[in-house]
Amino acid sequence: MSVDTTKVAKSNATAAATPAKPSKLGGAANWADERLGIGSMMKKNIRKVFPDHWSFMLGEIALWSFVTLLLTGVFLTLWFVPSMNEVAYQGSYEQLRGVYMSEAMVSTMDISFDIRGGLLMRQMHHWAAMIFIASMMVHLMRVYLTGAFRKPREINWVIGMLLLLLGTLEGFTGYSLPDDLLSGTGVRAADGFMKAAPVVGTYMSFFLFGGEFPGESIIPRLYIIHVLLIPALLLGLIAAHMLLLVYHKHTQWPGPGRTEQNVVGFPMLPVYAAKAGGFFFIVFGVTALMGGLMTINPLWKYGPYDPSKVTAGSQPDWYMGWPDGALRIIPGWESAFWGVTLSWNILLPILILPILLWVIVMMLPFIEAWITGDKREHHLLERPRNAPTRTALLVALMTFYGLMWAAGGNDLIAIKFDMSINAITYFMRGAVFVGPVIAFIITRRWCISLQRHDNERLLHGWETGVVSRSADGGFSELHLPYTQEKQYALTARDRDEEKTYTSESDVDENGVPAPDTRKNRLRAKLSKFWYGPAVQKPTAADFHEAHHHGDHAEVGAGEGSKELH
Amino acid sequence: MSPNEITPHEQAEAEPIADPGLPAHQWRPTDLDEKAAKRAERQVAAFFITSIVFAILFVVAYFTLEIGEDWDVFMGFGASTAALGVTLGMALLLIGVGIIQWARKLMGDHEISEQRHPAVSSPEDREDVLASLELGIAESGISRRPLVRNSLLGAVAALGLPAVVLLRDLGPLPKDVVDPERGKGLEHTLWKKGERIVRDVIGTPILASELQVGDLVNCQPEILLATDERGNHILHGVDVQVGKSKASLILLRMEPDDITHGRGRENWTVDGIVAYSKICTHVGCPISLNERTTHHLLCPCHQSTFDLADSGRVVFGPAARALPQLPIAVDGEGYLVAQSDFTEPVGPSYWERDSK
Repeated sequence: MSVDTTKVAKSNATAAATPAKPSKLGGAANWADERLGIGSMMKKNIRKVFPDHWSFMLGEIALWSFVTLLLTGVFLTLWFVPSMNEVAYQGSYEQLRGVYMSEAMVSTMDISFDIRGGLLMRQMHHWAAMIFIASMMVHLMRVYLTGAFRKPREINWVIGMLLLLLGTLEGFTGYSLPDDLLSGTGVRAADGFMKAAPVVGTYMSFFLFGGEFPGESIIPRLYIIHVLLIPALLLGLIAAHMLLLVYHKHTQWPGPGRTEQNVVGFPMLPVYAAKAGGFFFIVFGVTALMGGLMTINPLWKYGPYDPSKVTAGSQPDWYMGWPDGALRIIPGWESAFWGVTLSWNILLPILILPILLWVIVMMLPFIEAWITGDKREHHLLERPRNAPTRTALLVALMTFYGLMWAAGGNDLIAIKFDMSINAITYFMRGAVFVGPVIAFIITRRWCISLQRHDNERLLHGWETGVVSRSADGGFSELHLPYTQEKQYALTARDRDEEKTYTSESDVDENGVPAPDTRKNRLRAKLSKFWYGPAVQKPTAADFHEAHHHGDHAEVGAGEGSKELH
Repeated sequence: MSPNEITPHEQAEAEPIADPGLPAHQWRPTDLDEKAAKRAERQVAAFFITSIVFAILFVVAYFTLEIGEDWDVFMGFGASTAALGVTLGMALLLIGVGIIQWARKLMGDHEISEQRHPAVSSPEDREDVLASLELGIAESGISRRPLVRNSLLGAVAALGLPAVVLLRDLGPLPKDVVDPERGKGLEHTLWKKGERIVRDVIGTPILASELQVGDLVNCQPEILLATDERGNHILHGVDVQVGKSKASLILLRMEPDDITHGRGRENWTVDGIVAYSKICTHVGCPISLNERTTHHLLCPCHQSTFDLADSGRVVFGPAARALPQLPIAVDGEGYLVAQSDFTEPVGPSYWERDSK
């Protein structure tokens, strides 16, 4: 393609014009380098390449909402009083005036009604927390579905899982702080969870609450955990997450000129820095709009915490919803023996299941690597359809999560849809086991169908919609090949066979199987299960055949075809 | 390449489509047309300037709009939160949109390519590091002098004791707080023999004859709401909260014939009035939803359902144990009172609870 580049504005050339004399910037850089020696580090990073794709923005949402949380959170600490001293409320909200409540609740009420911008900041803080956790989870799904967790990025996956866990705890401690009726009910349930722990449960509860529930220590203790301990850990882990991202360089989608050995995209300065920096303002701005226009956690409607009161339809924040669902649908199992009590109905859904699921998700990269025996580095992403079993596995886990989450709203479903809560609960007890299996099967078949469709498109081109009638009366549609760029992008993936692991490889030259053969047999079986029905991309011979037999249409890259079938 | 020249295996492995390489750079209108570039420049500046306007409007809204109780009145200018949120949000959004527009229209848009390097360090570096490590370890003598190593490990491990012990005073042990008289401890509540049952919040005692069949009343022990002669509450703050979290009570009057008395509980009711703990035996939510026709009581948190006509038996949901029942009677003035404390711990289960 030829373009008259003489008209191109000089400022947009790739290389900056050489300054005529040492610039102010140069002087400042020199001053800093002589003291910090940051020149060599900057050299590598200032024009570092970041590939562009909308899905790479999801993690950024998490990052910027965390910054929003820090900023709005600092504002809130200026007025919030983490104390459980009971005082009579005397603020602007008339309906609660004179009501006794803790100073934590009073100060939250003051932030909401008597400090200008206070309610805005409170609501922004709460919305940003929702966005923070939601974007981490969507980011996690993106990373998993595209295979971005594979070597060398497994450690960053683990760090991400820690961030998700800490983010969830941070959210729980945060919404417990105002000491209103809803948050108190959540803390009450947490007390029940702790007491269900075998042997140490009661001690944990007494130590955390400083005596019998609710005591007067829990709010100040949760406060310091919420504003110092967890944020510090989050900050450190986010820094590690970013450093590893920079060190590994970002993954990219396969395409013309994009290989495992390079990274193609825009330089950090100026384009990526501008886009990422600009995106911070967008996340912050959207959060401000939400905080200004959408009510969240209107605690003045709930009133102060009172252990003898509860509102119908009490729900935790959405990310705590799925363990709550498990807690709702579990049968009332409890064992009493040797004069002690073991509450399976709390232990299983709250103390075991969430941790188990968290560990499973954290182990996914390692499980897949063990099954596939793949030790190569991967920097090119895979489309979800091209890893049918992986994709189906996540969809199964998502289905489990979603059903548990829906079970957490069984009372709301019952009311809104006028259904029997008992029927919903019994249905969910089965669905959480059956649903993921069905989802797995459907997703895998779906992926494989999409793979077939890709091959179809490669070998037979695209349907033009031009239908012709031949001399003997038959109808046929004209197919045209895709461009070579498109064809290359569709074929730029590994063949699964190359990675299939078999136990035969451990048989030594004398035909004696290695001692751990049983483990290998399992591994081989899993490997077969993992790759089994996946469809491979067409070979050169397939293309050759499609080309010559003219079964459907000629497939020559880039040239138009008129052959009919 | 002709298929005759390669083996079938090679043919299968060969990439079917060759990499056409990076596509050529496409110039944008703003690269080619100085007018378009100027237009984009004005656009971006307009975003930034509008952002300044919103920032100023924020300040105006801050000082002009009233806050307080009428915060949710929109056109009555009580809408401080909405106005502040919109102006701040727009001020921020416009900066973001402006910067991104600038990046898309005016900044160089040449995609560049950078080589990757394996995450692993070079073999020489690794050998160097291993050698240095070994040298360091050898010079320290840590492997030659196990006594030093092991005693140091022991000393550091022993530091865990002060760290853990320091936390001991976070709270009393469960047994330290036990005081049956004052309702302290997991197995005791404020109920005791003769303690009057009073309505929650208002604190009035209840005559058995006041209650109609089907009436459900939330109650507390009288001491929780009682005041001294000067009108001050006897119990305050944490004592009230702890007391309520265990002693909250539900009274329900039903047809005496509907009640299936538990063994030994024949005398626990008064004229068809039953009293049960309001605290769910699952994780401790206060139970509140009464189904009048069935005498079933539903917990709004996790939907455990208890049959109040049948010793508080669990009929549905995750709770494992019946609601504790409070034996009640009437005192000399005809008011409802407790016969004793609950005969079992109320609320959620815990390890040391003897549930047999």
